Amino acid sequence: MIILKAEDITAGYTEVDILHDVHIRVRSGEIVSVIGPNGAGKSTLLKTIFGILKPRNGNVTLKDEDITGLKPDRIVRKGISYVPQVDNVFPSLTIQENLEMGAFIRDDDYSQRLDEVYDLFPILRERSKQKVGQLSGGQRQMVAMGRALMLDPQVLLLDEPSAGLAPVLVSMIFEKIKEVNATGVAMIIVEQNAREALKMAHHGYVLAMGKNVLDDKGEAVLANEEIARLYLGG
Amino acid sequence: MAELVIYGIVLGSIISLGAIGLTLVYGIIRFANFAHGDFLTAGAYSALFMATVVLSWIGIPDSNFGSLSFGWRMAIAFPFSMAAVGCVAIVLDRVLYRKLRQKGSGPVLFAMSSLGAAFIIRMIIFILWGADSLFYKPGMLRPALELPLGIKIRPDQILMLLVVLFLITTLHFFLQKTKMGKAMRATADNMELALISGIDTERIITWTWGIGGALAAAGGILYGIDVQLHPHMGWNFLIPLFAATILGTIGNMYGALIGGLTIGIAQQVSTAFLLPTYKPAVAFIIMILILLIRPEGIFGGSSR
Repeated sequence: MIILKAEDITAGYTEVDILHDVHIRVRSGEIVSVIGPNGAGKSTLLKTIFGILKPRNGNVTLKDEDITGLKPDRIVRKGISYVPQVDNVFPSLTIQENLEMGAFIRDDDYSQRLDEVYDLFPILRERSKQKVGQLSGGQRQMVAMGRALMLDPQVLLLDEPSAGLAPVLVSMIFEKIKEVNATGVAMIIVEQNAREALKMAHHGYVLAMGKNVLDDKGEAVLANEEIARLYLGG
Repeated sequence: MAELVIYGIVLGSIISLGAIGLTLVYGIIRFANFAHGDFLTAGAYSALFMATVVLSWIGIPDSNFGSLSFGWRMAIAFPFSMAAVGCVAIVLDRVLYRKLRQKGSGPVLFAMSSLGAAFIIRMIIFILWGADSLFYKPGMLRPALELPLGIKIRPDQILMLLVVLFLITTLHFFLQKTKMGKAMRATADNMELALISGIDTERIITWTWGIGGALAAAGGILYGIDVQLHPHMGWNFLIPLFAATILGTIGNMYGALIGGLTIGIAQQVSTAFLLPTYKPAVAFIIMILILLIRPEGIFGGSSR
């Protein structure tokens, strides 16, 4: 079943369009990886889906509901969570408080969800009282994902989760992403680390110059010789 | 000397109340509110109006508590004036600063508008009460208690310190333990991410103004009780407020508390060597020294 769909998206900042008639589909429970060179519009696509940017054309549908043009604080209530690439934690708050802020809009008792998130990232439970500003990059990334997961979203949008991390941490974060996905959360991952991102993806999309170049099963994109030559470094 | 330090703590706790509001507002909407000093004045005069007009008309007796220089009238006027100035601050945000925010105005426009707001508040007070110094209780004798070491302190001042302690403890628990308080700190940390998390940041801003205005009002009333009321009183506090805020790292509430006490003590102790007229200059010199030596303040650092 298709859970999230964006069609004919044209969007960008002020006068300049970055995306031109871009489409993407996410089926429930799957990982969709979006790869492409710098400036292809990958992050812009996530921002448009999440309502940070308003598309000039096209629409975004969650299940059967048109959510085009809704503001982020509405969209987060519909079941989409977003983890920006940078500044994705509250540094002066503790780990626990960061997670609580992820659940800010919940008025019910979310202690069970907090437990589940801590089970996914046990290191965060150990350090729950520590300020996030003092954590390493990998742990911060876990806090960022944990915050976004507190609402038990149907779709998680991850913008370059491995950016700026040491290689050993990159594989750890990708393992965590797979674990999160195994709990049934569908996700769109934008990645520079294209090969790794495609390996774990059910579907892969290649963007270039703000346009769709290819979409196929993850391994099929990996196996495509031209894509490999152009975007995966040989 | 010990006596000057105690007076410094009294003055410093008043500065702290103002500086905490200034720093909270700066932390969330990143602009220096030059009207903040006049919130102190507004609080002091609002309490004067409540105590001498409204509550006397209602028929609340004008007697004092024990050896204090005030009674029920002030005890009632105090929280009401805090609420009133909290509302003034919120209204000011709605009619002025929010408009500038929505237009994406730069810091200079914010600074100039807050200067304008400061003048408006002050001139309203000038028009209503005139330019003379006023007292909550004219002609009151205010005997001091003799403590060991020859320290003289008035019962009023002891109570003032308790009130400040109570307000700051309450604010501390609000910020650390309540959902709204945590959301305020989160918004100060990263407003973009707060929005992404579904936090209504405009509501957070409203709370911040309310709290900042109320604390400033408390500071102004306490100064009025301790010294006197004058339409310029809050404006004259502006340099100490900014000095305390910068010293304690802009945006850090606990820093503003420490900064306020430091500035207050430094100002009072300086009177042992300098004419009291130079007190404001002391705050100014401290501010310049911090800006030259450690502009990020004592609590500034990479981890925030």
